[in-house]
Amino acid sequence: MKILYFAWLRTKIGVASETVEPPAGVATVGALVDWLKTRSPQHADALANSKVVKVAVNQEHVPYDHPLSPGDEVALFPPVTGG
Amino acid sequence: MTVRVQAEDFDVGTEHAALTRGKTAIGGVALFVGLVRDMAGGQPVSAMTLEHYPGMTEKQLEAIEAEARRRWPLDDVLIIHRHGRLEPGDRIVLVATASAHRDAAFESCRFLMDWLKTKAPFWKLEATPEGERWVAAKESDDAAAARWAS
Repeated sequence: MKILYFAWLRTKIGVASETVEPPAGVATVGALVDWLKTRSPQHADALANSKVVKVAVNQEHVPYDHPLSPGDEVALFPPVTGG
Repeated sequence: MTVRVQAEDFDVGTEHAALTRGKTAIGGVALFVGLVRDMAGGQPVSAMTLEHYPGMTEKQLEAIEAEARRRWPLDDVLIIHRHGRLEPGDRIVLVATASAHRDAAFESCRFLMDWLKTKAPFWKLEATPEGERWVAAKESDDAAAARWAS
């Protein structure tokens, strides 16, 4: 599964993207975020406050209870600030 | 193409002329241009870098445009959003809506900006005398977008 990070999530974690294989029990976006926190202290720090960690799956905004499918492109980013 | 995401600047007059050329049913165009300010949160800003999510950005802007066309009778819509490094005074975004009557043009232009600010995946990094900082999202932007919920 491909994970993309943007803005300060990218700078805190230190990579723009990574390919991960979460365990079978990780079935939702929320479970994935919790699992990603265990990957490194940097992940744990960047993902600590779920209020400022937004998620898109296959380029659509989704809530934390959104189910995951194999091959999904998951992006994690702070609230957007364009315009 | 009515949605463009680009590093290059744009010319408002050229875009306006292209939007309306040959379309004499249009009675009015509402046009919003967002610029880089030289101050933010009481601090001078010397530059702003816009990061975005290529692919999702275009997809979200196209969805927002489709929603505006569903809600108002629009003859045409143009959304241009820049990315990369910009300086104070530089143009960031253009939203133009064309309709037979002004209400649809004004309202849909406002709607597009309000929704764009909360849905399009862009992030601003400001350069200030104390270093670089990521711009935080404003609750007022969420409230502005929520006005259009339905």
